[in-house]
Amino acid sequence: MATFDLNDDSVVVIIGTGAGGGVLANELAQKGVKVVALEAGGRYLPEDYINDEWESFGQLAWLDARTTSGTWRVAKDFAGLPAWIVKAVGGTTTHWAGASIRFQDHEWKALTTYGTVEGANLLDWPIDAAEMAPWYEKAETKLGVTRTGDRAGLPGNNNYKVFEKGAKALGYKEVHTGRMAINSADYDGRMACQQTGFCFQGCKWGAKWSAAYTDIPAGEATGNLEVRDRAHVARILHNDAGKVSGVEYFDKDGNLQMQKARIVCVAGNSFESPRLLLNSASSMFPDGLANSSGMVGRNYMRHTTGSVYAIFDKPVRMWRGTTMAGIVQDEARHDPSRGFVGGYELETLSLGLPFMAAFLNPGGWGRSFTTALDHYENMAGMWIVGEDMPQLQNGVTLSEAKDQFGLPVANVHFDDHPNDIAMRNHAYKQGIAMYEAVGATRAFPTPPYPSTHNLGTNRMSERPEDGVVNRWGQSHDIANLFVSDGSQFTTGAAENPTLTIVALAIRQADHIASEMSRGNL
Amino acid sequence: MEKRVDKDGLTRRALLGRAVAAGALAVMGAGFIAAPDAAWAMEVSVISPDEMATLLQMARDIYPHDQVADAFYAVAVKGYDSEASKDLVAAGVAELNAAAVAQGHADYLSIGWEEDRVKVLQAIEGGVFFQTIRAGLVTGLYNQKEVWPIFGYEGESFSKGGYIDRGFDDINWL
Repeated sequence: MATFDLNDDSVVVIIGTGAGGGVLANELAQKGVKVVALEAGGRYLPEDYINDEWESFGQLAWLDARTTSGTWRVAKDFAGLPAWIVKAVGGTTTHWAGASIRFQDHEWKALTTYGTVEGANLLDWPIDAAEMAPWYEKAETKLGVTRTGDRAGLPGNNNYKVFEKGAKALGYKEVHTGRMAINSADYDGRMACQQTGFCFQGCKWGAKWSAAYTDIPAGEATGNLEVRDRAHVARILHNDAGKVSGVEYFDKDGNLQMQKARIVCVAGNSFESPRLLLNSASSMFPDGLANSSGMVGRNYMRHTTGSVYAIFDKPVRMWRGTTMAGIVQDEARHDPSRGFVGGYELETLSLGLPFMAAFLNPGGWGRSFTTALDHYENMAGMWIVGEDMPQLQNGVTLSEAKDQFGLPVANVHFDDHPNDIAMRNHAYKQGIAMYEAVGATRAFPTPPYPSTHNLGTNRMSERPEDGVVNRWGQSHDIANLFVSDGSQFTTGAAENPTLTIVALAIRQADHIASEMSRGNL
Repeated sequence: MEKRVDKDGLTRRALLGRAVAAGALAVMGAGFIAAPDAAWAMEVSVISPDEMATLLQMARDIYPHDQVADAFYAVAVKGYDSEASKDLVAAGVAELNAAAVAQGHADYLSIGWEEDRVKVLQAIEGGVFFQTIRAGLVTGLYNQKEVWPIFGYEGESFSKGGYIDRGFDDINWL
């Protein structure tokens, strides 16, 4: 494993090691680029993961302070926890469920396809499906995505079988066990899924792709990548020419360090990345770095989500097996006749009893609530994930509150757009109908959890005035400052975002390496 | 025994009330409450047995599962018997009993029907006391591994090799 000097100004510094930063670090290292990756969290591997929801949450979740505002229910029920994401080497790729689906072609051009939507700040991505296709293929190969290449699908578990039967009863056609970054057979030195459940708690078999035990060690093995864990970045520095020159961070002992850099790539997720750019304000950049457009922190998207759980008169035992290997894609199309633009996916989901108690109806109590849990064994569940509207006022600003290092924390503001509400209600209705078609005796339209799909707060745009980064994730304002995570999403599409984040990271690595070799960076 | 109970401020009415409420609890001494069948007992050292009995009944009324024994609820609320919590508990129980009185009852524990106790709880559900107790129960009750089998939940599965050979797809009624 490499170690680089703090004064080595030839390195690329990457902040964050998840689906964006972790992949970018490895891809650059494979090309011979020297990389220092700074990760706020610690290092956990499959042997460390815990098959226990709350204990695992304590081990992996980002629990540093955040604040919330807005009319979304999360701000009431989970005021200090706007997101359920991970603070660890590998980031939220330890926690993700593995669903790996490409954007639909039209979703790269949301403004053109949907037209102007009142109250929404829609924009077309500056890239399109044809440009992304080869990068998607590389991402699918890296992640070993089932039902792509020659990889077989996963077998359906009990929860899927209920879901599939209901879907087919409603006439849905695109129903299968998903395109999952979970091995259906041994692949890339990792074993096949053992149907253990607990996908959200880190896969103890390593059957699910996570950067923690694939890209990170692969990058380190090149001798070009140094990962510093428990390194909390405070500020990105720049020189008099307005180029970024390094980063200040608190190391694992709490001491402030400064790492010089040739290029800085921000990949701390859609909360921490804009927070860092805003906290890096200087006399030259008083509104924060890369923020001449005023778009840093704005246009936050979290997908239109929600869940449907239902009770049957016989056992389902939905917790057994893969957490999310099941999908209905028929509603993902853009069909405004349903009363909203964009579309949504329905995906199987289960929670263990402890998390079901926390999330089924947060704040709920009494027999209406407890009789639902009484039939936990007979419960099936699905998750809604649909495209939500970017809105200017939704996003991250600096809070009055400070973290353990004295740095202003992210305040996350969110209000649903009427399109989001119409879509969610449609999805609830369809989900409930699916389960009723299989004989459900009671159904629960469950509100959104703290967000896992956090997108858009440093969005990509053709024109500098519309967004923060260009088609390469390079900031419009500062040539050697990149954004490499989901915050660069122009719009959210209906699909789980990780595959697209990974594809963009592979593509960005290719671009950065070639620009470096041309002497442009 | 009567004297020791009196010293703790328990009135005859409260004792009778508790007996009426669920028939579940007996004051065994100044610092104890216990199940009538002696299946479990609980010692309190900071808050009063009456306050603990109230918390226990509250826990049952907030998250009622008739198949879950008192002992599990007792585990979930026993942490309130502490210096850190005693003021919250004293003020909260007083608030709860005042709400009961306002609805024509002697106090919370003396109310025989869950439905009527729920109405009293609804009168205080926006307050800090209720929300603290409720939120604490979400983990305090449902995160007890011993409770999980009552709901059929199987918990950890890695050490058993997951469910690949243990019924991940064994549904047979579809």
